[in-house]
Amino acid sequence: MRYLPHTEADRRAMLQAIGAPSVESLFRDVPEAARLKGPLDLPGHQGELEVERAIAAFAARNIGTSAVPSFLGAGAYRHHVPAAVDHLIQRGEFLTSYTPYQPEVSQGTLQYLFEFQTQVALLTGMEVANASMYDGASAASEAVVMANRVTRRARAVVSGNLHPHYRETIATAAHALGFAVDFAPPDPEEREHLAARIDGATSCVVVQNPGFFGQVRDFAGLAEAAHAKGALLIAVVTEIVSLGAIRPPGAMGADIVAAEGQSLGNPLGFGGPYVGLFATQEKYLRQMPGRLCGQTVDADGRRGFVLTLSTREQHIRREKATSNICTNSGLCALAFTIHLTLLGETGFKRLAALNHARAVQLAERLEKVPGVKVLSDTFFNEFALRLPRPAAEVAEKLAQGKILAGVPVSRLYPGRKELADLLLLAATETATDRDMDALAAGLREAVR
Amino acid sequence: MSANPYGTISGNRGLQLEEPLIFERGEAGRSGVDLPEPPRVESRVGGLERRGAIGLPGLSEPQAIRHYTRLSQKNFAIDAGMYPLGSCTMKHNPRLNEKAARMPGLADLHPLQPLSTVQGALALIDALAHWLKVLTGMPAVAMSPAAGAQGEFCGVMAMRAAHEAHRVKHGGDKTRTKILVPESAHGTNPATAAACGYAVEAIPGDKRGRVDLAALKAKLGPEVAGIMITNPNTCGLFENDMAEIGKAVHAAGGYFYCDGANFNAIMGRVRPGDLGVDCMHLNLHKTFSTPHGGGGPGSGPVVLSAALAPFAPLPWVVAGKDGFRLLERAEGEAAKAFGRLKAFHGQMGMFVRALAYMMSHGGDGLRQASGDAVLNANYVLAKLKDALSAPFEGPCMHEALFDDRFLNGSGVTTLDLAKALIDEGYHPMTMYFPLVVHGALLIEPTESETKETLDNFVAVMRGLAERAKKKDVEFFHAVPRLTPRRRLDETLAARKPILRWRPADGEKQAAE
Amino acid sequence: MAERRFSKEHEWIEVEGGVATVGITDYAQGQLGDVVFVELPAVGRKVAKGEAAAVVESVKAASEVFSPLSGEVTEVNKAVADDPAKVNAEAEKGAWFFKLRLADAGEAKALMDRAAYDAFLKTLS
Repeated sequence: MRYLPHTEADRRAMLQAIGAPSVESLFRDVPEAARLKGPLDLPGHQGELEVERAIAAFAARNIGTSAVPSFLGAGAYRHHVPAAVDHLIQRGEFLTSYTPYQPEVSQGTLQYLFEFQTQVALLTGMEVANASMYDGASAASEAVVMANRVTRRARAVVSGNLHPHYRETIATAAHALGFAVDFAPPDPEEREHLAARIDGATSCVVVQNPGFFGQVRDFAGLAEAAHAKGALLIAVVTEIVSLGAIRPPGAMGADIVAAEGQSLGNPLGFGGPYVGLFATQEKYLRQMPGRLCGQTVDADGRRGFVLTLSTREQHIRREKATSNICTNSGLCALAFTIHLTLLGETGFKRLAALNHARAVQLAERLEKVPGVKVLSDTFFNEFALRLPRPAAEVAEKLAQGKILAGVPVSRLYPGRKELADLLLLAATETATDRDMDALAAGLREAVR
Repeated sequence: MSANPYGTISGNRGLQLEEPLIFERGEAGRSGVDLPEPPRVESRVGGLERRGAIGLPGLSEPQAIRHYTRLSQKNFAIDAGMYPLGSCTMKHNPRLNEKAARMPGLADLHPLQPLSTVQGALALIDALAHWLKVLTGMPAVAMSPAAGAQGEFCGVMAMRAAHEAHRVKHGGDKTRTKILVPESAHGTNPATAAACGYAVEAIPGDKRGRVDLAALKAKLGPEVAGIMITNPNTCGLFENDMAEIGKAVHAAGGYFYCDGANFNAIMGRVRPGDLGVDCMHLNLHKTFSTPHGGGGPGSGPVVLSAALAPFAPLPWVVAGKDGFRLLERAEGEAAKAFGRLKAFHGQMGMFVRALAYMMSHGGDGLRQASGDAVLNANYVLAKLKDALSAPFEGPCMHEALFDDRFLNGSGVTTLDLAKALIDEGYHPMTMYFPLVVHGALLIEPTESETKETLDNFVAVMRGLAERAKKKDVEFFHAVPRLTPRRRLDETLAARKPILRWRPADGEKQAAE
Repeated sequence: MAERRFSKEHEWIEVEGGVATVGITDYAQGQLGDVVFVELPAVGRKVAKGEAAAVVESVKAASEVFSPLSGEVTEVNKAVADDPAKVNAEAEKGAWFFKLRLADAGEAKALMDRAAYDAFLKTLS
């Protein structure tokens, strides 16, 4: 078998050195009753060609976003990734290396993590960032838990413009750890007054910008209101490219930023693996979950990098750890940092400008379709459209016409009739005029 | 400019090239991409444009490729050599897996596409789930946890939800507040139990390196929600009393969590479901070859017993007459799901890789893999136990444990010995874990290593052990000598944390 | 004249006028290795005998500092928080951790004196 190098001669020689009669005999500590006597009901081994065909058969039953016009967003965005990124992350020294616990043999990984942490801090306008987390939702949840720790309070306020999956993830943590969450209802029309929900028992207020329904807001006032009551402001960003065009959370008074980095370097991949970004201010450094890469010097006085402040982590603090997280999102963070490095300041800002322009062009086309209304008066690259009939039906109809029109809000909020006519549409730099014309025409037809 | 120990003008050392940070390399005006001029539109960001510089450096494509290539050359990797890291299962990462994960129709699927357009993706997840259920003998599996630690959280939360449901249904029954965890457990176990709101009580081990069954039974009671056992355990030994532990825990009304990090030793040979396990996380990035990627991403699906299956987190992939459904709400069949662990559905990219791995090996190949993994570890144990000191008589499972008694009086520590391995072309083994022996060295070769590699490794270890016993402390305190950086000051990094690059004094990094 | 007393967890105390000064011993700092961070209790906090009151971190480990006596924290030593290396350099001199107003000064008698502690240390090696 191509991945198993031993020959029978090898095995015999090794057994002889061990002094055991057979490989089976090495399992003698396993109680007889627990040992499987025969093979399991699974197919036998296969060559590469067969396996490729089998996987391709699964793929063939799907319609991918590279094959048809796609305007799906809601927390995952289709962007063009430069060819160099995928080549670099597949270098064996990146792909098949381990967590950099031994810094002398991991300076490659550690240096890119240090660069990554710096880039995340710069993008978000915050002082420090960690070396990534599983995804934006779990980063947001960890942010709330951290705010509880820092303020020694146990009640979070969550905006109605936070992505529903992120809300659910926070709810799971709340249930696990026994803290309270005041969830403001979904807020497509920007009616919520979060400041009124903050009191002396509130640990944090969680907002998303741009919001789930598209809106771009200034939450500096809300940050002040939170701080006045001793609470922290947590800002969530699900489309990291937006920070190339809009004011960053750090400039609006955020204390913690939890974001999804998938848009840079990483494919849509049916939802994972993605990369969570986590940033905060220096004063909260020791309360941060996740891995941290720090600068130091070696025995020859040269600059180098190491994982640091590990005593916050599970493998040392055990039950007193700041989190139970073990892995970060290594290779996805590498893809993110390489893509952002290739973009640079001018490229990143231009990419953001392109995204916004595409979305504005799409909105302008759709505003001409009778019966539909663009709900979000501000947006970055995604906005909510109000349709004259349930959005899920319209989306399904368009999908049959080979257009992935957008995410019906009811997919994520199925119980709420008042949101059933809302469709979320995202337009990135990958949207062409032809795609947008096709969508507008298709939509016009579907809502007639 | 820092010191240059090589005596070259550039500071480089042949193929080993120094490489500064991108912030020191790049310039704001450069870019490695060509993007079209954005069309002129009326801005709709509500006056909240980003003002000022972000501070990102720009590199051209050739510079970027050179930068990351040079960085990669400073890393050890499975592709280059052996990692004898106990409990990490650093096996070969097949390249077919990478090809499979990148296929159009998989890599470019949006998670929220209409289900009619992603039936193949759901079928793939279901196929992987099937393999995991058959291998473990369990009826259900939660696919969404992003890594092992999140898998543990998932298992413990399912246990908690089951207890709550029982209390709601049957009333009374004082809240169960404790989880029992062996002293030898990996740190994630107690951290996870605490993250789920439980108090943790440690179970001691016995002289044979297993969980002390009598002590365990004595600690069981109505406050115990469950136990977390690693099997094979962190000493590389099979917990022979596993089935009895299961019975005792169930009799006390608790649930049985198994940490499946070491599943590589028993796949195709033992099914945890046969031993009374209620939930077990699997590490696709250990047992099932998905790449470690320098620290992630992982994937930690959790197989579940019939008792815990109803509480699995969302979403659920369910096969039906009319195709696959994705249950994303806690209603209907999924009414008792304890909630959601992260956005979307799970680490799909790792599912594709793991399935390609499983299909390649087949049931026969997986059984052969666990056999070879155990053979390799026992070979290393047999060849080193006279030169080092092994706390437990063999046979071991997939990893061999040594302690530092052989270093007594030498002035050389486990750490010193492990660092010496670096100059010899090996990654150090797991050190100082498990905590139950002193100065532990835990070696897991995996089935990917040839006899030649193991013989070479053994020769190096024997040579180093001998040198240590000769008290060559000076040698050991100087290693590693041949790496791009040597003996980095971790104390300084922790006392004065510098976690990002900052521009020279005076240059403000605008956040507007 | 304040006399030093020692706990089995390697803390030292010095009682004067109902207030105890608490630190860790030289042996403890040697075992820990380079100290990188010290987490001190809040002033005003009440601690029970044997309860974890502070945390001292080295690169690879975080160890709890238990209060050998019951009382209320009246003062903490900012110097060790600012410069953790002091704990290694002056464990039994300037690097005290916190001061306690004692609930029961009699509790101190149960602790070891210097000679008893030194004898105890010999049993550990």
